[in-house]
Amino acid sequence: MRGSQVPRAVVIALLACLPAMEGVALGSSRVLLATTTSAANSGLLDALLPAFERDTGVHVDYVAVGTGVALKYGENGDVDAVLTHDPEAELAFVRRKFGLARIPFMQSDFVILGPPSDAASIAGCRTAAEAFQRIAAKGAPFVSRGDSSGTHKREREIWRAAGIEPGGRWYVEIGQAMGTCLVMASERGAYTLGDRGTYLARQDALQIAILLEGDPALANSYSIIAVSPDRRPRGNHEGATRLIDWLLSPEGQSRIAGYRVKGRPLFLPVAPPEGKE
Amino acid sequence: MGFLIDSLVEGVRTLLHLDREILGVIGTTLRVAVSSTLLASAIGLPLGFLLATRSFRGKQFVLAGVKTALAVPTVIVALFVYGWIARNAPLGRLDLLFTPAAIVIGQTILIIPLLTALVYGVLAPNIRTIHEEAILLGAPPPAAFWKTITETRTGITTAVMTGFGRVASEIGISLMLGGNIKGVTRTATTAIALETGQGNYSRAIALGILLCILVLMINMAVQLRGRGERV
Repeated sequence: MRGSQVPRAVVIALLACLPAMEGVALGSSRVLLATTTSAANSGLLDALLPAFERDTGVHVDYVAVGTGVALKYGENGDVDAVLTHDPEAELAFVRRKFGLARIPFMQSDFVILGPPSDAASIAGCRTAAEAFQRIAAKGAPFVSRGDSSGTHKREREIWRAAGIEPGGRWYVEIGQAMGTCLVMASERGAYTLGDRGTYLARQDALQIAILLEGDPALANSYSIIAVSPDRRPRGNHEGATRLIDWLLSPEGQSRIAGYRVKGRPLFLPVAPPEGKE
Repeated sequence: MGFLIDSLVEGVRTLLHLDREILGVIGTTLRVAVSSTLLASAIGLPLGFLLATRSFRGKQFVLAGVKTALAVPTVIVALFVYGWIARNAPLGRLDLLFTPAAIVIGQTILIIPLLTALVYGVLAPNIRTIHEEAILLGAPPPAAFWKTITETRTGITTAVMTGFGRVASEIGISLMLGGNIKGVTRTATTAIALETGQGNYSRAIALGILLCILVLMINMAVQLRGRGERV
C-alpha cells in the first residue's frame, strides 16, 4: 500500500458508517411493535401491516419475541406498542401503568399436538388438563416452550389445573420460539402445546397432528396495548393509537378474518363490544 | 442424507431465483459487518500497535484481559450495549435500539479485543526490525505506524478478515440489538435462524451459501490486492 491510499481508506470508512446515520433517522417516524412470535410467524402481520401503511401512511416495524419479552420491552419503553396473548400478564402490565389499555382484537386457539400414534391416548380426552394428566402418567415425551411466552404461560396453567408439577426426563423445556418447538416435538415424537396458527402454517413439514382441541381452557385471545407515553417519551404514540384503531376498524377486522393459510382462516376478529376502555 | 441432499438442491434452486428479500438481507449483513469491522479496526489496530511498541507495568495483565475478552459471549455484549441504549438508559435519547447502528456498536465492541490481540500477535515479533528502523531513519510517529502496518499487511489483513468473519457470522448481537426487523435489521444469521425455525430449510441453506460466496469474494479481492508484500 502506498501513502495515497491512506485518505481513501478513511473515506471508505466514513461511507461505511452510513448505516449508523440511517439508524438515527429511523428512530421517530416508525411505530415500533413488539409482538408475540405467533402473530408474526403465522404470516399475519406481513399481510396486515402493508394494508395499514397504505391506509394511513404509518410504517410499522416489528420485533417478534415471546409475550414475556414483549411486555418487558414495553415496560422499558423500548417499543410503542405490544401485541401479546397472556391476559393475566397484560392486565398486570396495564395496572402498573406501563400501558394505557388492553385491547383484545382477535382470537384463535391453542391445540395439543402429538405423534399420530398417540402413545398416551389423549385423543379421547374431554379437557386439556385430563390430556396432560395422561401424558404425565405415561411419561410420554413433552416439549415445553419454557420461555415465558403466552403459550408457555398457558401450558403452565393447564399443568396447574391438572394438579401436576411437570419434571423429569420426559419433560424438556427448550426456551425457543413456537416454530422451533413444533419442529423439536415432531423430531422427538413428543407432545406439545401450540397455537393453531403457527401449526397450520408449518403443518407440511411436521409429523405431529392435532390430538385435542376445543376445550375452553385452550382459548387464545390476542391483545394490543399502546405503551404509555410516560414510559416512552419521544415515542410514536400517535402512530400506535392509529394502529390500534385500524385493527379494530371494519377494514382491519375483515382483513384479520380474511387471512388464510392453505385456505384456512387462523384468527377470528373480536372487536370488543364496549370499544376501547 | 436424503434430507441434506434435498435441502441443498432446493437451496441452490432458491439461489437461482433470488428474491428481493434475500438480497436485502445480504445487503444489510454486508453494510453492518463492513461498518463494524472498519470501526473496530480503527480502534483495534492502534491498540495492538501500542501494546506491541510500548512496555509498561502491568502489560501482562492487560494482555491477559484482552485475551479473556475474546471469550465473552455475544449475548453478554448485547446485554451490555442494551443497558446503554435502551430508551430509559443513558444513551436512550439517541433512539438506537432496533436499528442497524445498534448492531454496529455491539459488533464493534465484540471484535475490538479480537483485533487488538491478533494485531499484537502480528506486530510483536516484527516491531524491532520495522518500526524502530523507521524511527531511526527519522520517520514521524504516524508515518512509522503506517509503515509498520503496511509492511506486515499479510498478518494485519488476516486479523481484519478474522474480525469480519466473526461479525458476519454472529447472531446474538444482531438478534437482540437489531430485533430481526424485516427489511431493516434482518441479517443473514438472524434470517437463517428465523427460516430454520419456520421449517424453510432451503431458504436457510440458500442464505448460508450466499453468505459464504460473498465472504469468499471479499477475501479473494483482499488477497489479490495484497499480492507481493514483504512479510
